[in-house]
Amino acid sequence: MFVLAEMTDTVRIEPWLFHLKLNDAIKFELHKKLANKVVHNVGLCIALHDITKLDDSHVIPGDGASHTKVHFRYVVFRPFIEEILVGRIRSCSREGVHVSLGFFDDILIPPDSLQQVSRFDETEQVWVWQYESEDGTHDLFMDINEEIRFKVVDEVFVDTTPVGPEDLAEPVQDPLLENQPKKSPYSLVGSISEPGLGLLTWWT
Amino acid sequence: MEVINENAAMLSNYEVLTLLKELQSQNGASKGKSGKIQQNLATISYETVTYLEKTPCKYQSPEIIQKLLQELAPFSLTKAEKLQLLNHCPTTAVEIQLMIEESEERLSEEEIDKLLDVIARCLPGEPEEEQEGEGEGEEEGLVGEEEEGQEEGEEEEGVQGEEEGDKEGEDGEDEQEDEEMEAEEAIEVIED
Repeated sequence: MFVLAEMTDTVRIEPWLFHLKLNDAIKFELHKKLANKVVHNVGLCIALHDITKLDDSHVIPGDGASHTKVHFRYVVFRPFIEEILVGRIRSCSREGVHVSLGFFDDILIPPDSLQQVSRFDETEQVWVWQYESEDGTHDLFMDINEEIRFKVVDEVFVDTTPVGPEDLAEPVQDPLLENQPKKSPYSLVGSISEPGLGLLTWWT
Repeated sequence: MEVINENAAMLSNYEVLTLLKELQSQNGASKGKSGKIQQNLATISYETVTYLEKTPCKYQSPEIIQKLLQELAPFSLTKAEKLQLLNHCPTTAVEIQLMIEESEERLSEEEIDKLLDVIARCLPGEPEEEQEGEGEGEEEGLVGEEEEGQEEGEEEEGVQGEEEGDKEGEDGEDEQEDEEMEAEEAIEVIED
């Protein structure tokens, strides 16, 4: 579920933090920059694991802060494809089942990856697995807040860095007026179509 | 900022949990100095710790993990498979089939049973699962109380010796002795 990513960056430490030990000040700045943020093609950064190397610090003329090149390792959330995870159902919609892990919410299980023969119940707005056994068809509801075991099938990274002022062929869309769907920078696609996957209560 | 290696190593849930708890206690201790509560770090570490505490990794330790890896050596599993087994503590063959690719071809039924046995022996599962198994035939309404009684030190009196609200984490190994302890604990009353 979690991986260690080696990264390097030049950390700027402002003069009012000079009273701290260098390591602590760098830790502070790296957390400020990366914790709970998604790095493109890397994953969701959780916390700093350790600092592997510190180069010399320099003070650049015109700027009172010190600049230090740091090599460090960060704990990143990035499940590998085909990994099994357990989460909670956040909501159900026509697009599928939205699952959340608490610290990470953008997980979707599309309708074709649900267990065979599932239907969407409009009145309750939930997905239902129509499980067939010898005694007939059982309707197993996927209720909200139920724990669900799913397999990660795909991950999608979207680069959400702001677009600069370029000459756009289309008329510029005012972000305040349009309800542009917020693209999440990192989202996962899951599947529960195999035996053993789905609500935990189905398989105990 | 440059990313040198986005996948330098895989971490088990236990390692991440320990790291985050350490960070939290450091931040709590030195709060007076900087005073700035780093909101993002606080949010993500709180949520992640909350999630991880509900998983079996809460009861693990480096020795347990080492022992498990040694015992898993003869099964020739990939690193990712061993990691999943460690993080999830599967108890049924279905779960093993999910986590290990082509388990039907690589492992015979006997080996799957042996594997489940190794996991059950080495990894202390949540006492709750075993308690529910024992408690089912005895009292139904106590399941909710069992879950509440999980915090260390909180135990409720067991009428007729059914309540198992055990000391979690401390007696991970004593789960198997639960049935024997039940009778003894019938008399014990520890209240918070």
